[in-house]
Amino acid sequence: MTQPAAIKIRAAVPALWSDYLQLLKPRVMSLVVFTALTGLVCADTAMNPVLAGVAILCIAVGAGASGALNMWYDADIDARMRRTRGRPVPAGKVAGAEALALGVTLSLFSVMLMGMTTNWLAAGLLAFTILFYAVVYTMWLKRSTAQNIVIGGLAGALPPAIGWAAASGDAPLNAWLLVLIIFVWTPPHFWALSLYTAEDYARAGVPMMPVVKGAASTRRQIFLYSLALIPVCLAPAFTGLGGPVYLAIAATGGLVFLLLAWRVLRSKAGDAPDERIEGEDRLYAVRAGAKDARNLFAVSILYLALLFAALLGEHLLGVAPLELLS
Amino acid sequence: MMPETIERPRYDAEAFRKARAGRNIALGLGLMAFVIIVFVVSVIRMGANVQPHF
Repeated sequence: MTQPAAIKIRAAVPALWSDYLQLLKPRVMSLVVFTALTGLVCADTAMNPVLAGVAILCIAVGAGASGALNMWYDADIDARMRRTRGRPVPAGKVAGAEALALGVTLSLFSVMLMGMTTNWLAAGLLAFTILFYAVVYTMWLKRSTAQNIVIGGLAGALPPAIGWAAASGDAPLNAWLLVLIIFVWTPPHFWALSLYTAEDYARAGVPMMPVVKGAASTRRQIFLYSLALIPVCLAPAFTGLGGPVYLAIAATGGLVFLLLAWRVLRSKAGDAPDERIEGEDRLYAVRAGAKDARNLFAVSILYLALLFAALLGEHLLGVAPLELLS
Repeated sequence: MMPETIERPRYDAEAFRKARAGRNIALGLGLMAFVIIVFVVSVIRMGANVQPHF
């Protein structure tokens, strides 16, 4: 009786080319492209525009490949979560083995083409990023520790360094400063999301911070990481990387970020409804807290985008960096 | 004896043919793009090495 069921799954939904594109997580890819492009431009090295375009394409395809590998391995988790159950593999549109094959093929092609187009430092960093995301984060950290997105966040943070290396063949401290910004930004960004999706993660058995340590501890850690993020974001104005526009955005945006993190800290975001309160009021405080977490999540994306847009704009327009330390 | 009735889902052959054609076209375009990229990159990189000698 299992055969007809299998036929039903395979036959009910034909796989479109767009389903394979979905495996590459195009939204994540767009953020990766943006940060990698910023790293490439900030290197301030004359580079053939066609080679620069191909380098960015390689980084995008590499990011997509790791997304496909993640969807292959995490299909069981994705099927149990509301946010991810519509993905091509759990939805039965694409077979897991096909997602794996696509991920491996695109990984090899993107790393090989990157090495051929630019240099092998950039290709090596790209290969490391794919492996780190697919193996260290997806296969190991995600299912085993509440620090999964803290350590795993390195994979999402590396694209600016790859872009920088592609342009200059080097990865100086300023490139790693861009990596550090995304690395420290990741925990408050993801934990804000997980505060109002904790139920989903708990159902799937993923040890996200609110599931393991509780909402109050998560809110505290969000605030502490936000405190650490502000000086890290201001640093490029002191190291000859960011100019006046960057400094203004880093400072004012940082204050808004911190204010929203403070509101999340003071809220009841992620808490279970208080059983002692009667009626609709029981849910009100939790819902209001979830709104604070949603606000922080949305502003965190905007903040990072503005920071990198400022750096990109300043370097493209030739605005002199501040070098406040010298 | 009559065989047990197996309920099969409606199989829309036309939808499957269209989906396969779409996938094939996407794959073809992807491969073509890859060949063009490798050709252009090779020309640019070889050109960069040849230029200083003239």
